[in-house]
This record gives sequence, structure tokens and C-alpha cells, in this order.
Amino acid sequence: MSGITAERAVPDRPSRADSYLTVETGLASWLLTTDHKRIALLYMAAITVFFFVGGAGAVAMRIELFTPQADLLSADAYNRAFTFHGVIMVWFFLIPSIPVILGNFLLPLMIGARDLAFPRLNLISWYIFIAAGALAAYTLLAGGVDTGWTFYTPLSTAFANGHVLAAATAVFVAGFSTIASAVNFIVTTHLLRAPGLTWFRLPLFVWALYATSVVMVLATPVLAMVLLLIFAERAFGIPIFDPLRGGDPVLFQHLFWFYSHPAVYIMILPSFGVISELVTCYARRRVFGYSFMVYAILWISLVGFLVWGHHMFVSGQSVFASLAFSLLSFVVAVPSAIKVFNWTATLYRGQIVFDAPMIYALGFIGLFTIGGLTGLFLASVPVDVHVTDTYFVVAHFHYIMVGGAVSAFYGGLTFWWPKMTGRLYPEGWARFAAVMMFFGFGFTFFPMFIMGFLGMPRRYHVYPEEFQVWHVLASAGAVILAAAYLLPMGYFAWSLVWGRRASANPWDATGLEWQTSSPPPRENFLVSPAVDRGPYDYHPAHTGPPSMEREPHRPQGGQA
Amino acid sequence: MSGAAAREATLQKPWRSLRREREAVSFGTWVFVASEAMFFAGPLLAYAAYRSLWPEAFAAAGRETDIVYGTVNTALLLTSSLTMAAAAEGARARLRRLTLTCLAATAALGLAFLVVKGFEYREDIHKHLIPGAGFRLDMPPAQLFFAFYWLLTGVHALHLSIGIGITVTLLIQAWHGSRPLPSPAFEGAGLYWHFVDLVWIFLYPLLYLMGRS
Repeated sequence: MSGITAERAVPDRPSRADSYLTVETGLASWLLTTDHKRIALLYMAAITVFFFVGGAGAVAMRIELFTPQADLLSADAYNRAFTFHGVIMVWFFLIPSIPVILGNFLLPLMIGARDLAFPRLNLISWYIFIAAGALAAYTLLAGGVDTGWTFYTPLSTAFANGHVLAAATAVFVAGFSTIASAVNFIVTTHLLRAPGLTWFRLPLFVWALYATSVVMVLATPVLAMVLLLIFAERAFGIPIFDPLRGGDPVLFQHLFWFYSHPAVYIMILPSFGVISELVTCYARRRVFGYSFMVYAILWISLVGFLVWGHHMFVSGQSVFASLAFSLLSFVVAVPSAIKVFNWTATLYRGQIVFDAPMIYALGFIGLFTIGGLTGLFLASVPVDVHVTDTYFVVAHFHYIMVGGAVSAFYGGLTFWWPKMTGRLYPEGWARFAAVMMFFGFGFTFFPMFIMGFLGMPRRYHVYPEEFQVWHVLASAGAVILAAAYLLPMGYFAWSLVWGRRASANPWDATGLEWQTSSPPPRENFLVSPAVDRGPYDYHPAHTGPPSMEREPHRPQGGQA
Repeated sequence: MSGAAAREATLQKPWRSLRREREAVSFGTWVFVASEAMFFAGPLLAYAAYRSLWPEAFAAAGRETDIVYGTVNTALLLTSSLTMAAAAEGARARLRRLTLTCLAATAALGLAFLVVKGFEYREDIHKHLIPGAGFRLDMPPAQLFFAFYWLLTGVHALHLSIGIGITVTLLIQAWHGSRPLPSPAFEGAGLYWHFVDLVWIFLYPLLYLMGRS
């Protein structure tokens, strides 16, 4: 049976008794739900709060840096502000955001399953996350931490005055939530795929979530242990990294970065998946080089474990080790480049529609390319020694994590908003916000490359006057960027009440998640779907889309 | 309870067949065990690095641990793995009495391990083997060895306590009949128990046999 007839059979809107949003009502039906779609929304609520908290730290820093003197924050308060910004944004926003909001919602839908493999574990992981968040909030209210998000020893174990123990515990507990979600995703992908959905028919977002989950499962426990070691040393005086008793502080850096470099891929791999979905849909094009996109994801997740030493070029590790890590860092750039080239090639001869998600996706590709290329600067030992601990590094990783991951998160949220809520967002406003995010981001972070290369060190709240022009540019850009982050929250909320009703498949996309009503029923599919083809069938294979008229898309499968 | 009804009661959403659900629980536990293995890999790596830096101090410190307690505990834990394996197989074959007996034996052996460990800790404290002022040995890096000793045995004991908690919970549920024997939980708990046992197999030579060869 053809996919198109199957699609017609899907009602656009479920009845009130079917929709997952209204099937049960009351607070308890949300707080005790095991429905992956509702848990995704619970995560969204929690993570939005953390985004504001972490953003407040950034606002405080940008205001302080407007002038070369100390006006708003003391040196100590500034240390606490950037530490808190880092801790919250890394562990309570970037790492969970795409996997546990979009991934939680979409993974079962995209593979035609009724739920994740372990629905109760999914709910438990949300509560663990909330407990970790409460500990983080306690840390903040108690006065914060001043070690930087990296908790380097011996500062964190012997000298820091802040609440290192509470912060370490918060991150430690958050790790359990991450591992639980990752185990759930891995088992779901292995065992709950719809009939006919072979591994090489999986949408790239599912591949990205799968690879991310593998990295989470193998990297997060190392962070948990290293935080436990810090906790033991600071709280009980057990000398693990104490140089006075033969311990080695650099060993801490090795263990920390063994987690924290893969963590960068935990943050960016899911974005790769989102961008692949957006680019194909809005270019009406099959993805260029599907199998290489898959291999690139797997390659990144594997080699990502072998490059941690490039964070330690100035730590005193052997020059030999630095050279090896430098080489491996260049190696890991290859699959990232493959992905960028493949997205670009996907656009070629595509029928590009500049809707908001596509603008986010194109912005992502540009910003990620700049972030990735400057990563190669930093992977070269001599350049890195020159710019270590300067704003160049700050700009580089913000291009990847904020220009990359946050753009992809907003783009994905916009794209799947009709599926999640059954309402369409206002397209004009969304395009405006997407363009504004791109420019706001550039104004904020591009000056940091320049001042970093000129020698402005990170983590200082006073600086020589020659850098003021760049800091003022960055602070002004941050205002635009903040508006671009807040505006979608406004029109998304507006659309919940006044937005037009969405059809089952408003973008004519091919994924299984569009082959059910918007919003989906509690059981996801009224009839279990079957899959008969690979993803992104926007036009016949071996020919491009026709030059003028639009080729009808063929969904991956449907509710047979 | 008849076979079909038992299957019905065991099957959880979103699974359509018990065979598949069993596969998922055991696979999920394996993935979690992989995560746990990385958790212990960190300190074992650090131990290896420090031992190669300070071989004499580590050998001298290793001779201070109590090999009798350590060996008795190894025997207890290995036996508990046997009873746990028998419990999981018994549950799979729906042999109620065997399952209950073996679960109880597993929990008892685990508790016995903790009791022995408690006596050992008391002795260690009397012998001033806690890192810090007044430590028994002069060599400062010997304190590093005992840092790992306390940390690794402590974390292992915590894992074992969780394992005992799970075993006792399953025992009570199986006793009351609120958890039918075909439930995949027995096998999952068994896998976790064997992992905790396996960690000890690594710790025993590193902490007790080191320096005595």
C-alpha cells in the first residue's frame, strides 16, 4: 500500500479522549505519568528554569564586563557567577536539553514504538534530575562555588572557599539521570523498532541519539567517580590528588577531561541529528551520503574518547602526549567536516524553503563551521599555547555549544512544536527570531575571537582599556541574543491558546512521527506502524527533485 | 497461577511479548554494568598510575591490610554469586522454593560480607590506617594506597548494600506472590550482583595480595 493513502487515513487531530495532553487531567496525572511525551514536557519545564538561572549568570558577567573597572561584581562574586553559569549551562541545560526533551518525545515516535523501553525508569530519571537541580539551587543560594566549572585540584580540594561539596554532589546526582535516560534510549533503539525499520533505515536523529547515549553511558560514570574523589579529598582528607603525599593534580585533569571532552560530543551530536532532519525536509531532498552520515556519527563518538589531552597542552604533560592528542584532534575533525559537506550537498538542487527551522539549521551550519575550524587552531599545539585561557577559547566553545547546540535546539523545537502541542507557531515571528539569534550570536561571540587572540584572558572581571571596545560589542550583542531567546518563549506560549491547529503532517515530512495525529494519542499510534523504505524519501532516488513543481514525498511507513 | 496469567501479570508496557521484555531487561542491565565498569575503571587507573610512581610505598602499605578478613570475604562473595545464579535460574524455571531459598542465602552471604568488612574496618582504625595525621607508616605515598583502600572498599560496600536491598525486595515480593517468578527482574538483579562480585575479584589482589608476593 502506498504511503500517501496511509497518511490520509491518519486523523489530523485526536479526540480529547485520545490526545496525550488531555487523556488524563490533574497534577498527579502529570507528576506520576510514565508517558514519554509528558515526561519530555516535564523536562522542558525544568530545563527552561535552568536556562534562565544559567542565563542570569551570563547577564551578570556581560554587565560587569561593560567597563574595564569592577562596578557590579567583586572578584569573588565574578568567580562565582562564571562558575555557576558554566555548571548550570553544561549539566542542567546543554547536556540534557536535546536528548531528554526532543529525544524523549520523538525517539519512540520515530521508530514506531508505544513508549521507551523502561517508562518508569524514564520518570525516575526526571525526579533524579529535579533532585540534582534542587542541590544546584541550594549551592547557589548558599553562596555558590568559585572554582570554575572544571573543579581543578588542588584549588577545589584545598583552597576554594565556595560550596564545592554541594556543587559536586549536584553534578554527581545529575549524572545518574543522564545514565538512566541513556540506557533507556539504547535499549529502546535496539529492541522496539517497528517491523521493517532496519538500522540503516533509521532517521539520522535516532542514530545521533543512539551514539550520544553510548557516549553518555561510558563517559558519565568517569565524571561521577572523579567528583567522588574530589568529595572524598575535600570532605574527609583522603589524599588522592594531594602533591604533598605523592598525589598528582594533573591526574585529576586527565580523568576530568576523559569525561568532559566526550561531553562536548554529548552536547553536539544530537544537534547533528536535528539538523539532518531539518535540512532534508526544507530542501525537499534526500540526505546526501546517508551511510557516511551514520559512520561519521559513530566515528565522532568513538574518537571523541581519545582526544581529551588537547585540553591539557599547558598542563605539563609530555610533549609526546600533546603531539598524539593534537593528531587525534585533527582526526576527529574529519567526520565533522563530512557532516558539514553532506548538509551542504543536500542543499544542492534542493527546493529550499526559508521557514524558521531551516533558518536555524542554516545558521547552525555556518556557526558550527566557524566553531569547528577554530577548534583546529586550538588543536595545533603552538597556537593553543598562545591562546590558552583567553577569550579565543571561550569564543570557540560557545560557537559549538551555543551557536551550534542551542540553535539546533530552538530549530528542532520549532520544527516539532506542532507535533508536541497540536498548534502552529506564528511563522513570521519565528523567522524574525531565528535571524535575530544568528546575528545576536555573531555580535556577542565574534569579538571574543579577536580580543582573545590579542591576549584578553578569560575569567577576569577587570581588564586593560584597549579591550573595552570588544567587550562593549559583546555585551550589546548579548542583549540581541537574549531577546532572540526570549521571543520564542513568548510566541510559543501564545500559540498554545491562539495558534492555528496543526494537521498531522504540516511540513510534508517523511518521518514516522508525522504519521500520527498532532498531538499524538497516548499510545502514539492507533495501529502499530510498519516501515517499507529508508528515511527522507522526498524524491525518487537517482534523480534530483524536479526543477519547478514539488515532488510528492513518501513517508517511511504508516499505520498499516 | 497459570502460565498465561503469570505472563500477563509480568508483561509491562510497552512490551508485547515476555521474551522481548526479558531480553530488554537483561540487555539494559548489561549496558548499565558497562557504565559501572567505567565508574570503577577511573580509580583503578589512578591506582595503577600511583603504584608505578611509588612501588615501595604501595608494597609496604599493601602488607598492612588484613589478608584473613579479605580472603574470607572473597569466599563469601563467590559463594553468594553461586546462590544468586541458582536463584535466577530457579525463577526462570518457576521453582518457587529453590528461588526463595537461594535469594535468602544470597542476601545472608552479602550481609555476612558486610559484617566481616565492619570488623576489618574496626581493626584498620585501631591500627591507624586512616590517611592523615598519625598515620601508621612514615612514607607519605603509603597514605595514597590507603586512600584507594577506603574509597574502593567503601564504594564496593555501597554497591553491595544496594544489591542486598534489591535481593531482599525481590525475596519479599516473590514470597507474597506480588512478583511472579517469570519476571525478568530476577535475571537483572543477578547480573548486577555478579558485577559487584566481579569488582571485588579485582579489588582483592590489588588491595590484599599486593606486596605479599
